[in-house]
Amino acid sequence: MTKIKWPVEPQRPAFARALVALGNTHKDVVVASADVSTSTMTGVFAKHFPERHYNFGIAEQNMISACAGLATTGKVVYASTFAIFGTGRVYDQIRQSVCYPRLNVKLVVTHAGITVGGDGATHQMIEDIALMRALPNMTVIVPADAPETEKAVLAAADHEGPVYIRLGRANVPVCTTSEECQDFEIGKATTMREGSDVTLVGTGIMVAKCIEAAEELEKHNVSARVINLSTIKPLDKRTLIKAARETGAIVTAEEHSVVTGMGAAVALVLAENAHVPMKRVGIPDSFGESGSSDELMQKYGLTVDDIVDGAHDVLKRKK
Amino acid sequence: MTARDKNSELFTRQYTGREAMVEHYSDEKIKELETTARLIRRHIIQMIFDAGSGHPGGSLSATDVMVALYFDIMEHNPDDIKWPDRDRFVLSKGHAAPALYACLAETGYFPVEELKTLRLIGSRLQGHPDMRKTPGVEASTGSEGQGLSMGLGMALAGKLDNKEYITYVMVGDGELNCGQCWEAAMSAAFFKADNLVAIVDRNKLQLDGPTNQIMSIEPLADKWKAFGWDVIEINGHSFPELLDALHKAKETKGIPTVIIADTVKGKGVSFMEGQVGFHGKCPSEEEYNQAMAELGGI
Repeated sequence: MTKIKWPVEPQRPAFARALVALGNTHKDVVVASADVSTSTMTGVFAKHFPERHYNFGIAEQNMISACAGLATTGKVVYASTFAIFGTGRVYDQIRQSVCYPRLNVKLVVTHAGITVGGDGATHQMIEDIALMRALPNMTVIVPADAPETEKAVLAAADHEGPVYIRLGRANVPVCTTSEECQDFEIGKATTMREGSDVTLVGTGIMVAKCIEAAEELEKHNVSARVINLSTIKPLDKRTLIKAARETGAIVTAEEHSVVTGMGAAVALVLAENAHVPMKRVGIPDSFGESGSSDELMQKYGLTVDDIVDGAHDVLKRKK
Repeated sequence: MTARDKNSELFTRQYTGREAMVEHYSDEKIKELETTARLIRRHIIQMIFDAGSGHPGGSLSATDVMVALYFDIMEHNPDDIKWPDRDRFVLSKGHAAPALYACLAETGYFPVEELKTLRLIGSRLQGHPDMRKTPGVEASTGSEGQGLSMGLGMALAGKLDNKEYITYVMVGDGELNCGQCWEAAMSAAFFKADNLVAIVDRNKLQLDGPTNQIMSIEPLADKWKAFGWDVIEINGHSFPELLDALHKAKETKGIPTVIIADTVKGKGVSFMEGQVGFHGKCPSEEEYNQAMAELGGI
C-alpha cells in the first residue's frame, strides 16, 4: 500500500494569516467571533486589529445577523465559529439576514467533519455542505489544505456576496503545492493528476487521499484522474462533465454525509449531462461518535482503501 | 434635502441636557404629523385591500412611531439613498411592511402610485421588506427576531467609522419571545451601542392572542433595564411623547435606549382596534369602506 509522506499543516493558522493580511490590505474587513476565537484563531486578527474584531460570545444567531448589519454599511465581514454552531444552529439567520439580501458576509467555520474526533457526534458537523449549498446566493468552498485555505480566504474578500468556507481542526496533508494549484479561483476545479480510466473527485482533506488512491490504482494498471473540487457551489460543471466523458467513471470522496453533500451535487450534474457509473465515498446516513480521527475515518469509510474499492466498483460497472 | 431640513422652521432646538425636554414642537407641527399619520393609515388599508392579504393590525399600531421617525426625527435623503451618514431604520417586525412602504413613498423614495403593487408578482414591494428591491429599505426582515441584531451591526459600523448616524429598530412585542432579541440586547449594552435605539411596538397582541396569555414578556421594562438599557415608556400614539422620547434617546450616552411604545393594534380603525383577528386579515369591501371613512378628513 502506497503511503505518501506528505508534509502536514493545520488549516487554521493559514486562515489567521490570511485574515491578518486582509486586515492590512482591506480597511473594510472586520471579523466576528462567537467565544471560540482562540480555537478558530480569529483571535490572531483580534490581536492585530482589536477595534475591528467583535466577540459576540456564545450567541451565534446574534452574531450572524449583526454581521449582516455591518455588511450593509460596506464592511467585508468574516464571521467564524465551529462548523456545528455556524451552520445548522443559525441556518435561518444565514438564510434571511445574509443570503437573501446577498450581503458580504464570509462565514469561515473550523472543526468541521468527523475528524473533530473525541468530542463526539454533537460536535461533528457532517451535513453543513448540504445546508449551505441549498442556499441561493451562497458560495461554498472546502479547501484541500493550508495553502489553499489561505488562498480561499483571500479570494473571498474580493468576491461579492456570501461565502462559506469549511475548515477542519486537525493537521492536513499539504497537497496543493504543484504548479496547477497555484492559481486558485472560486468556482474552478483543479485537475491534480491526469488519468483515463476513472476520475476521483475529492474535496477538503479527501483530496490528498484521492491522490494516494490514484497511486495505488496505478499499481493495478488503472489510470485515475484526480480532481480537487474545492468549490462545491458554484460547481465547475465543465471540468466534471469532461472528466466523466473522458474517463467514463467517477468516484467522489468527502468528509461529509453522503446525503446531499458534494457527491450528491456531482451526481446531479452527471445524471443530467454525462451519465456514467458513480460511487460516493463519504459518511453514511448516520451520526458520528467519539474516537481518534484515524479510527473514525476508518470506521466511517473515509480511507484510501475505500476510495480504491470505490474505483474498482465503478470500473466493474463500466461497460 | 432631509426631512429634518424641510421642517426645521417648525421647531427650535433647546438642548439643555439629557433629562430636559430637548425639543419644543408647535401645535401645528404636531397636527401636521397627525394628519400625515392618517394619510399613512389610509394607504395601509388601501394597500392591503388591493393586495387581498397583509397585516393591518400591526401596521396600524406601528404607524405613529414610523411617522415620527421618517417625517421628523431621522436625517435621511430620498434623493441619495446610500448617503453614508443617514440615520437608519430597521423594521424588525417585517410584517408591518405596508406602514414602512407608505412612509417611504410619502417621503419620496418611490412614487406613491407604486403602493398599489404591494404583494403583486414582479413588484418592488414584497410582502416583507426587501433591501435589494425597495429603495429606502435598510434591511431585509420578516423572520422575526433578527432586526435588532442587524441594527446593532449597523450601529457598530457607525462607531467604527466615527459616524454620527443613529440606527432605529422597531421590534414587535410578540417578537420579543425570540431568544435572539435578547442576545442582541445583551450585546448592544456590552458594546455600549448608544447609537442604537430600539422601539417596542407594545400592542399587546400576537397572532394567537394576547401576549400575556400566549407567552408573557413582562416585566418588560425591568427586563430591558436588567440587560443594561435605558428605558423610556410612552404612549406610542402621542406625537409629543414620541418626539420627546426619540430626542432623549439620541442624547443618551454610553448605553442603548429602548422606547416601549404602548400602542393599540389596529389603531385608527374602530373595529380593528384591539382585535387579534386583524393581525393578518384583509378587510372585506364593507370593512374597507368603513375603515376609509373613519380615516378620512385629511
